[in-house]
Amino acid sequence: MRVIKITDSAAIRRQIHDYIVANFLFDTGDVKDDASLMGEGVLDSTGVLEMVLFVEERLGVSVSDEEVLPENFDSIDSLVAFVAAKQPTAAPAGNLSSGA
Amino acid sequence: MSEAVPSERSDASFLRGTLAVDVEAETHRIVEHLRESVVKRFSRQGAVVGVSGGIDSSVALALSVRAFGPERVVALILQEKESSPENPALARELCRAYGTMPVAEDITAALEGFGCYRRRDEAIREVIPEYDSTYHCRITLPANLLDSDAVGLFSVTVISPEGQQQTKRLPLRQYLRVVAATNFKQRTRMAMLYNCAEGHNYAVIGTANKNERDQGFFVKYGDGGADVDAIAHLYKTQVYQLAAYLGVPESIRRRTPTTDTYSAPTTEEEFFFRLPFETMDRLWYAEEHGLPVERVAHVMQLTPQQVARAYREFAQRRRSTDYLRSQVVALPPGDSGPR
Repeated sequence: MRVIKITDSAAIRRQIHDYIVANFLFDTGDVKDDASLMGEGVLDSTGVLEMVLFVEERLGVSVSDEEVLPENFDSIDSLVAFVAAKQPTAAPAGNLSSGA
Repeated sequence: MSEAVPSERSDASFLRGTLAVDVEAETHRIVEHLRESVVKRFSRQGAVVGVSGGIDSSVALALSVRAFGPERVVALILQEKESSPENPALARELCRAYGTMPVAEDITAALEGFGCYRRRDEAIREVIPEYDSTYHCRITLPANLLDSDAVGLFSVTVISPEGQQQTKRLPLRQYLRVVAATNFKQRTRMAMLYNCAEGHNYAVIGTANKNERDQGFFVKYGDGGADVDAIAHLYKTQVYQLAAYLGVPESIRRRTPTTDTYSAPTTEEEFFFRLPFETMDRLWYAEEHGLPVERVAHVMQLTPQQVARAYREFAQRRRSTDYLRSQVVALPPGDSGPR
């Protein structure tokens, strides 16, 4: 699995946004960064599991059961904040790299 | 959430603390519904009910016997190697009580043919490598629906022959494969029910209650596959009221409802509902009837946060399980032909 090591929040945001649009909206729509993903029916419980997998496998952030909360997973804004907080070395801008 | 203004009747019923049903009138209504649907609409001459020894199928059988008489109802007991051993005894006790002849079929070989156990076990082994066929397993959700905002994630628990227990969260891919594999059980039962029904020119009576139907606790084309639903409009607590009225044996009425899907015992509360039925039914009734959160919290001695959490969960379940209740979606004729 290719893990994308992202070290700025803009790049994290782009990755999460693009993944949600491609996998849950099938490129037929868009979603605002502060929209409730569960409230608007974009994510159901299986969708949340899929996001957990994405965050763990693609963004390299481990997620405990207790962290699977709406405040961490219910919007792009909250996902970005969650991932950024779990990556304490995050730089303010610009550094996007990838590795195996 | 429903925006309906609560009626005086719904409010009063809720405030009484039970979802009381007029059992005699309701029984009459369901019996008429079964007769009308099975005989007049579908031109079938009787009913087949899959009986598990649980409360729902017992009430469905009792209602079917009232509708068609014991000679025109087949009670099918569909066991497999992981079924609870007490189920067939309870199902037979039920049949004796209503004068129907039970027909028992073992579906283990069919499930082995589908690879039900093997596929499930392979997925579980990816999460817990030491798990093998000598272990028991079950899938559960956290029970704290009212007290945590955490999204309910399924965990797998395995129990070794020595009794050692291990629980881990099921990642997405393994979760989907475990569910897909175990769903063979409900779908095989459905195939057997229809085999029996077609062999008699009877109809299959559904045994799902309102909780299962509306919240999506059933397998599409599995236990959701039936010709006529008997109790799909009744909350679980109302099913118990009917069971008492219809004389369902006490041994069945006193049992804790289980899924009877996994080799280790799993209650329906652990597997899906995440709340005791008495609490869930009242909260769900309140949500469906648009009762204000603050008022419900006061009456039920819960916090407004707990009630709001339950309301959100019900709405989410209803939305996310719409797929299960939907029939095949066909495209209506368009303007493109014939030319």
